[in-house]
This record gives sequence, structure tokens and C-alpha cells, in this order.
Amino acid sequence: MTFQWIQIPYALLTLFIILNYGMLMTALIQKIGARVGGRYGIPIWQNYIDLLKNIALRSKISHGVMFYLGPVFRLTGGIGLILFVPTIYGSVMHQNFSFAGDLILALYFVFFGTLGMALGAAESGHPHSAIGVSRGLSQVTAAELPLALGVFAISLQYQTLNITDIVAAQQGSIFNWTLFTNPLATVAAMFAFVGTMMRAPFDVVLAPQEIPIGPPTEYHSSYLALMQTNRVLYPIAKTVIYMNLFFGGATSWPEFFVKIFAIYMVSVFIGVVYPRFRVEQSIQFFLKWGLPVGVLAILMV
Amino acid sequence: MKDMDKSFRKDTETEFPLREEMRPRTVTAPDGQVIEIDPLRDYFCEEAPKVHRKSYSAIVEGFYNWARANSLWILGFGTGCGAIEMRPLMTPRFDAYRYGIQWRPTPRQANLLIISGYLSVKTLKRAIRAYEQMQQPKFVVGLGSCTINGGMYWDSYNTIKRLDDYLPVDLYIAGCMPRPEALLAGLMELKKIIRRGEAEGANKYAENFDWYKANQKSVIKDWDMPDYSW
Repeated sequence: MTFQWIQIPYALLTLFIILNYGMLMTALIQKIGARVGGRYGIPIWQNYIDLLKNIALRSKISHGVMFYLGPVFRLTGGIGLILFVPTIYGSVMHQNFSFAGDLILALYFVFFGTLGMALGAAESGHPHSAIGVSRGLSQVTAAELPLALGVFAISLQYQTLNITDIVAAQQGSIFNWTLFTNPLATVAAMFAFVGTMMRAPFDVVLAPQEIPIGPPTEYHSSYLALMQTNRVLYPIAKTVIYMNLFFGGATSWPEFFVKIFAIYMVSVFIGVVYPRFRVEQSIQFFLKWGLPVGVLAILMV
Repeated sequence: MKDMDKSFRKDTETEFPLREEMRPRTVTAPDGQVIEIDPLRDYFCEEAPKVHRKSYSAIVEGFYNWARANSLWILGFGTGCGAIEMRPLMTPRFDAYRYGIQWRPTPRQANLLIISGYLSVKTLKRAIRAYEQMQQPKFVVGLGSCTINGGMYWDSYNTIKRLDDYLPVDLYIAGCMPRPEALLAGLMELKKIIRRGEAEGANKYAENFDWYKANQKSVIKDWDMPDYSW
């Protein structure tokens, strides 16, 4: 696909839709959680107000250049993930900057934000940040292994590294989805999905009661606003990849919204049922259960 | 009313020794270089806080104030028995989250410091540090009679009587203890104050910085921190 200038406003439109959807969806999920607990829950627009409040703070403290760049890198990870992955299959407007090898780039961008955060949090000099980041990096690294294996398995299966082609191969019937044609790869990748969504049992990185609140301890005002933006963008961007690779992609926005919500709820359900893992437990869990499934998926292909 | 009696105020005649890690010392670096370290001067910023102006446009400031009022992040820092009255606000019965009130674990991200009950001099030191690390604009709520006039701790040898002498208080919630309903009503009142643009405690603190510091130092016996904890 050759580059055209009109792609830029189209991609920004996609970003805008996803951002607003993310703001409302994360609030909705918090609200559902509150209702389950018998509370009324936050207003559905609370995320917007929090964001505005943080931008409106009058004073800011910097700890150095990397402290600025940490949230920027993190947001770059989320936005980059959205911009280089086709959002709606078959739509000219929401193809974004998808290209032949975008699967590899997506794998890289999934990791990018965490690395950026590590640099920024280290500069802030707070011990809780350092503890949180070292936990986060080791956990994400372990969780990425099954994802990488699952992705290799399906790129072998479809003989391509282009996400659009993979989505195209899954069209037609629900039984063409990778979920049914290659269940092992899906299961392996879902290990990584649950492991990197920052929800229980894998949320020891943030651990509000133990190391308040991990990497972003020192972040405030606009820095925190950037990270909040990423907090709603990034999980959706990641879910988009999973939807495209394993759940048949989406051909329209309503389908997109429903599928993203359903896939996101997987991690929420697991999160409310299981208590928090310690870091060595979660790494052990990924290596013991995630990795063999991933290897098996490759062997099956 | 002020904490004036002699037994309570600091004995300014005798020097209080600094904690060991705060004393100036010479250190030999791994490469053989000898360095003089004065922790209080080298590790901390000595600058005084600044007064931050409001936004130039009244409409923008009003909009910001609306956002501030509807997104109150409380520092999870309980000082006295009142801390236990905050817990019911998080749970189904009183559920403060529906009003945009949340608890944050770090002072950097919080806007509202609730001094929940009596404040011993030892805790006052920590409360000051926590308050100063919060970002502007920030609000203080005094919860319970002990923050207004000492309450049942009027005679205490180690509890401050008037919180307003040490930190700029925006709102008091009277009672011993106030029930969660009172706390919730107080927070609603604080929202109105913020909406009116009258919650400028942080600027008041910066303007009268010397007065607040003199008061704080007159009761805190082992003052071994910078004047303003950035």
C-alpha cells in the first residue's frame, strides 16, 4: 500500500475514537466492579475530569530529562501500537500505517512503553519506583515469551508477517478464527495478555498498598496526565492486536467495540477471581505453564 | 489559644543534635577523592515555595476549578482516630467515589490532605513534609475538634491545639468524632469553596511562609529537614 497524505488525518481520527472509547470503557469497567461490590461507582466521565485536573495543576517538579521522557516514551508505545496496526479490517479510513512486517513492529512496541518507563522512573530516584520497575520488567519479559511463541506459531500457520493478511485469512466464518484453527497459540498468547494488563494476579508492579504505587510514585500533574492517557490507550491497543491475530479482527466500529470489551473482560474476570502473585511466582507461572503451551503451538503448526 | 506554655514549646537554649545521617561529614570516594558532604545542603533544595498565579482568564480558571472540585484526590495518610471515619467512605454505605473523590497513595498525586484528628508533634513533622510535597493547588481539611482547639487533647504535652497555625486549613469538620455523613457533607462544602476559587491555601502558605515556619519550628524539637520539602 503506497503512502497518501490523507492517511494522516484518518489515523488521527482512529486515535481519537480509540482514546474516547478507552476513557469511557475503563470507567465503565470500574463502574461494573463497583456495582459488583455494592457501590454506585465513579461517574462515567470521571477519567476526563481527572485528566483535566492533572493538566490544570499549577506547579510541577522535574527530576531531569529522562523524567520528562519516561511518560512520553510510554505514550509513544501506546500510540505507535495503534498507528501501525490496522484497526478496522477492510476500511480505507482505519487501515492506519499498516505494512508488510507490522507484526514484528507491534511486538516491539508492546515492550517499548515499559522500557521508557524504566528510564523515567529510575531518574525520579524514588526507591519504590526502582522496585516497581525491576518487578515490571522481569514480569513483562517472562510474559512476552509465550506471546512471542504464539505469534511465531500463527505467522508460520498463515505464512505471513502482515496483520492485515492474517485478519483476511480469518474472515468468512467464526470457525476460521485463529481461536479455533490454532487454539494452542491463542492460549499461549492469552497468558501474555492477562500477564501484561496490570490487573490481578499480575499487578504486583503497581501494588498500591505495598510500594505506593510503583513506577509512577513521583509522577504528577502533566506527566501523570500523559500516563493516564496511555493507561486508557495502551490496553486497547494491545487488545486490538489480540483481536486481529486471534479473534478474527473487526470489520466495523460496533464489532470493534464489542470484541475489545469482551477480550478486555477476560483479564478483568481473572483479576477479580485470583489474588495477587509475587513476582517470582508469576515468572514461574509463565515459564511453567505459558512457555510449554507456546512451544507446543509451534510444534503443532 | 496558641501552643504557648513553656513546657510545650521548644527549648531554644540547648542545641538539639542532628541525626547521624544528617551531620556534615567527609567521605573518601572509591577513586581516592575526599569529598565534604553536608546532607541538608547537598541533598535537598533550599528554595522557598512560590506564589502561583491564577489563570489569566476567569473562564479558564472557573473551568479548572470545576475540574479540581470534581476530582479530589485525597492523600491516604491518617493521623488520628479520624482515619477510621474515612474508611466507610470507600465502601458501599457511603461510597465517596461517586462524587469524584479518590484516595491516592503518594503525596505527589494528591490534592487534599485530611488531618484526621489529633496531631502529635512527631506526626506534625511528617504531615508538613507530606503537605509540602503535594503539588499546587492543594487543600487541607481539619477533621474533628482536635484540629480546631485541641479538643480532648487540650492539656496534652505533645499534641498541637490549632492546626491553622501550622498548615493553611481550608475547612474544618467539627465533632468528636464526626460521622462519615459529616465528613461527606464537609467534602461537598469544600467542593463549593473550590468552585468559588477561594481555596488558595497553598498560596497563603507561600505568602506567609516565614510565619508558618516559625510556628512549626517552635514546637518541633528535632528539626532536621530542609525548610521546604520539595
